[in-house]
Amino acid sequence: MEKILEVENLELSFHTFAGEVKAIRGVNFDLKKGETLAIVGESGSGKSVTTKAIMRLLPESSSEFKNGQILFDGKDLTKLTDKEMQKIRGKDISMIFQDPMTSLNPTMTIGKQIMEPILKHQKLSKIEAQKMAIYLLQLVGMPQPEQRIKQYPHQFSGGQRQRIVIAIALACNPKILIADEPTTALDVTIQAQILELMKDLQKKIDTSIIFITHDLGVVANVADRVAVMYSGKIVEIGTVDEIFYNPQHPYTWGLLSSMPSLDVQEAKLYAIPGTPPDLLDPPKGDSFALRSEYAMQIDLEEIPPFFKVSDTHYAATWLLHPDAPEVTPPATIIERMKRFPSSRYYKGANGGATK
Amino acid sequence: MKIQKKLLEIKNLKQYFNPGKPNEVKAIDDITFAIYKGETLGLVGESGCGKSTTGRTIIRLYDATDGEVLYDGVNVHGRKSKAELKAFNRKMQMIFQDPYASLNPRMKVMDIIAEGLDIHGLVKNAKERQERVYQLLETVGLNKEHANRYPHEFSGGQRQRLGIARALAVEPEFIIADEPISALDVSIQAQVVNLLKELQEEKGLTYLFIAHDLSMVKYISDRIGVMYFGKLVELAPAEDLYKFPMHPYTQSLLSAIPLPDPDYERNRVRKSYDPKSHNYKDGENVTMREVRPGHFVYCSDVEFAALQAEHANN
Ligand SMILES: Nc1ncnc2c1ncn2[C@@H]1O[C@H](COP(=O)(O)OP(=O)(O)OP(=O)(O)O)[C@@H](O)[C@H]1O
Ligand SMILES: Nc1ncnc2c1ncn2[C@@H]1O[C@H](COP(=O)(O)OP(=O)(O)OP(=O)(O)O)[C@@H](O)[C@H]1O
Ligand SMILES: [Mg+2]
Ligand SMILES: [Mg+2]
Repeated sequence: MEKILEVENLELSFHTFAGEVKAIRGVNFDLKKGETLAIVGESGSGKSVTTKAIMRLLPESSSEFKNGQILFDGKDLTKLTDKEMQKIRGKDISMIFQDPMTSLNPTMTIGKQIMEPILKHQKLSKIEAQKMAIYLLQLVGMPQPEQRIKQYPHQFSGGQRQRIVIAIALACNPKILIADEPTTALDVTIQAQILELMKDLQKKIDTSIIFITHDLGVVANVADRVAVMYSGKIVEIGTVDEIFYNPQHPYTWGLLSSMPSLDVQEAKLYAIPGTPPDLLDPPKGDSFALRSEYAMQIDLEEIPPFFKVSDTHYAATWLLHPDAPEVTPPATIIERMKRFPSSRYYKGANGGATK
Repeated sequence: MKIQKKLLEIKNLKQYFNPGKPNEVKAIDDITFAIYKGETLGLVGESGCGKSTTGRTIIRLYDATDGEVLYDGVNVHGRKSKAELKAFNRKMQMIFQDPYASLNPRMKVMDIIAEGLDIHGLVKNAKERQERVYQLLETVGLNKEHANRYPHEFSGGQRQRLGIARALAVEPEFIIADEPISALDVSIQAQVVNLLKELQEEKGLTYLFIAHDLSMVKYISDRIGVMYFGKLVELAPAEDLYKFPMHPYTQSLLSAIPLPDPDYERNRVRKSYDPKSHNYKDGENVTMREVRPGHFVYCSDVEFAALQAEHANN
């Protein structure tokens, strides 16, 4: 498949009162035409910052590109002028922000805000743009859109604001849609509608989607591929089946083990022990080592490179080094691996369950 | 259930926005329920159905259009002296859904979290104030270096934790948590939920827990209320709701929970809900009725009879 976006060796820091926050520490990935890449990972690991860097929306005064490039359509986005970038933003690449209130203007009706990019990037009259705004609001499941385009953001519920932001992002049929937690404020039924809507759009115009979310159920539903981030790096990347049924990095194991299950009542939920590393002074070696029961001596000394698991699956953990001892993953992870053909725990397509 | 003292009673509460105008919204349309001391009541429902408005009306951010909210038997919306109001504000805290909008961008984290401590005179000196803030930051999985930062210098999930630390600072009795964990990664969600449960056991806190993540809601709640378009449509003990969902909206909600299993997701079948399917007649008496012990459903006489027949032997 054709690559539409390539992020290479991205390194980025913030200068703060307390010192240099090394938020992105060497991120590499590409995005193919028409695919959905989900980014999951620790809160504060750099998911939003990575995508804001693509959109060039980080505060210029305090952020610094240290290294790397972001290639879109043969152009390095990090080198474009603001004016060139404005033509791309909202048209070729659009973004649904994590905090809907920060991307909506509190003093402008939401009708005007949805019409703005339509009028800017498409040759439509005001009346046509307004019709389109109403249509988009209908698409995202807003009741009474004709009445409600006249209202202001504070008059909407959290999930309704989120849907307004989605409507704005979809207005110009973008080539790349970056969706940062687009459905966290939505109930599961409306969430399912929005996910369908995004899939339809993708089928119609071959949009590529970067989907950031903490909800692993949503990831399982929408993603073709998944990247797992931890402290400013991607630690594992693969197809959705590879990440859910054959994960290799101990952080991915911890993440998949932290979800409560609907069937069993645990006394206490599993949480990964320890705290995330300090990005002012990131640890040497594998930054997850201090929280991992699988850490080895080398993890404290050297940063693990990406080891290849398959043509589509890579993980940055020393456990995959040919000389590493074989370890037993957590029980819940073995249950998952039982369903993965090339895993040593494979037990057939239904994971050996007797149903 | 262990304790059966009502801490909060909501009686026929209504909250209409723009009443009488073409854009009138009946955000809360006559709901009645109680929250017992020491319990967690989960509140779920469609986006825009009135969950946050319910929370905001309870803590008096809005005046109710009609109905009553009683806290420990005292009407929250009645007239009160300044001192009484202050005492109320300390007992009831809300963790807001939109963390960014609820944190003052020009204040440092230290002062945001300490604000309540200052107002209620809970610390004696600057040193104690600082230590208390450091301790609260740690409680929510942040560290003391964060105290000197401004809200915009945090990630979405980190900001949400600032809101939690701020609410915990004044040691309230009752916390309304409006989507307190949706922006957090699952591991930190687990950490925060474990923390809320621990605090509950230690201090007997009572929670109204608003959320969309139904597996988390099930885990943390003793009872769960389901809302749809300003009305409460089902209220039941947590286990019972998942085992015997009765209102068709609840059933559609449960059928849509995404699971972390790609194979399952590829073959999922969702049930959709059409409010017209009830075919209620004009003037038909539709209200909350108890079908199983403690399990209430919003239904008509005819529906009630059918539900009873179906669930009589369970
Ligand atoms: N303007 C800023 N100034 C200083 N530090 C920042 C700034 N913006 C982000 N950071 C830091 O950069 C790191 C990465 O933040 P980012 O917002 O990308 O996290 P995230 O992975 O999106 O997390 P979440 O899941 O909580 O949204 C965090 O540690 C955050 O504190
Ligand atoms: N200030 C206001 N003016 C007018 N309408 C309002 C106002 N605040 C809320 N509403 C409307 O009241 C209804 C209920 O909103 P509320 O915020 O309580 O929903 P919610 O259940 O919390 O939804 P979500 O899950 O999306 O956060 C929505 O239709 C909303 O648009
Ligand atoms: Mg983020
Ligand atoms: Mg809400």
